[in-house]
Amino acid sequence: MQEISLNILDVAQNSIKAEAKLIELLVEIDTMKDRLVVEINDNGCGMTKEQTENVTDPFFTTRETRKVGLGVPFFKEAAESTGGNFSIVSEVGTGTKVKAVFTLSHIDRVPLGDMNATVETLVFYNGGIDFLYRYCVDGESFSLDTREIRELLEGAPLDSPDVKAFISEFLKENTAEVNKGRVF
Amino acid sequence: MKSLADLKAIKEKMQGQVGIRNHDETETRVVVGMATCGIAAGARPILQTMSALVQEKNIQGVNVTQTGCIGLCQYEPIVEVYRPGEEKVTYINMTEQKAREVVEKHLVRGTPVAEYTVGGSEL
Repeated sequence: MQEISLNILDVAQNSIKAEAKLIELLVEIDTMKDRLVVEINDNGCGMTKEQTENVTDPFFTTRETRKVGLGVPFFKEAAESTGGNFSIVSEVGTGTKVKAVFTLSHIDRVPLGDMNATVETLVFYNGGIDFLYRYCVDGESFSLDTREIRELLEGAPLDSPDVKAFISEFLKENTAEVNKGRVF
Repeated sequence: MKSLADLKAIKEKMQGQVGIRNHDETETRVVVGMATCGIAAGARPILQTMSALVQEKNIQGVNVTQTGCIGLCQYEPIVEVYRPGEEKVTYINMTEQKAREVVEKHLVRGTPVAEYTVGGSEL
């Protein structure tokens, strides 16, 4: 994956398949600690202990169509190759929490990339699921919570052109404000 | 910081418009593969481009959606087009440029772009 944001989009698909109703995406950058932390938390069906232990093994998958599952192993590798770490905690019936810590300045850290495109793709094409996205750089942050948006819209569809345009603009403006010209 | 307050105005503007779109069998479905293979090969901008163009050109009766792994990972990004009453058309090795062409020729004018399909490409 050429961007961390693509790993996030990919790993979030697992939450969708797990029939999560709410998926939290957190990206936290701390330039003093030289860290970039990604968390993906869902309230989906969760995994058994055996599945959780095996999920970072590329040759383990719950699918029956083929024998490899690369999404989670890619994400783990991307974090660990920067001297960071990766963890996944899951409980059947409760949900799954994935956390990846990257060393921000490490030469092997791939760029965060277009995180807004990832959030838009998730929000616009998964109408039945709520997302809470939080983006934070050195303590300054903003969030996008589709539950709040739905409440304000009072039943109007989230994927209508005007709402989509608003969400894109919201993400763009607030990301720029938090980034202050920096690119991660 | 931009706040959610502006949504109120958008909502009011939308009231009275026909908000609910019907997804039924008369609709053309455009499906972009968004599993690990598709995403790694560049499916995210393909999905965004096609969806934006359908909206921009106001093409009626077309629904752009995503799906998981189609099973031809080496040919990702893959886009499938299902038009009612016609056979499914599978486009492989898609780029944003090809996606634009498919929207214009296949979705607007109804003629598949044979050279980008799985059957028409040199594999």
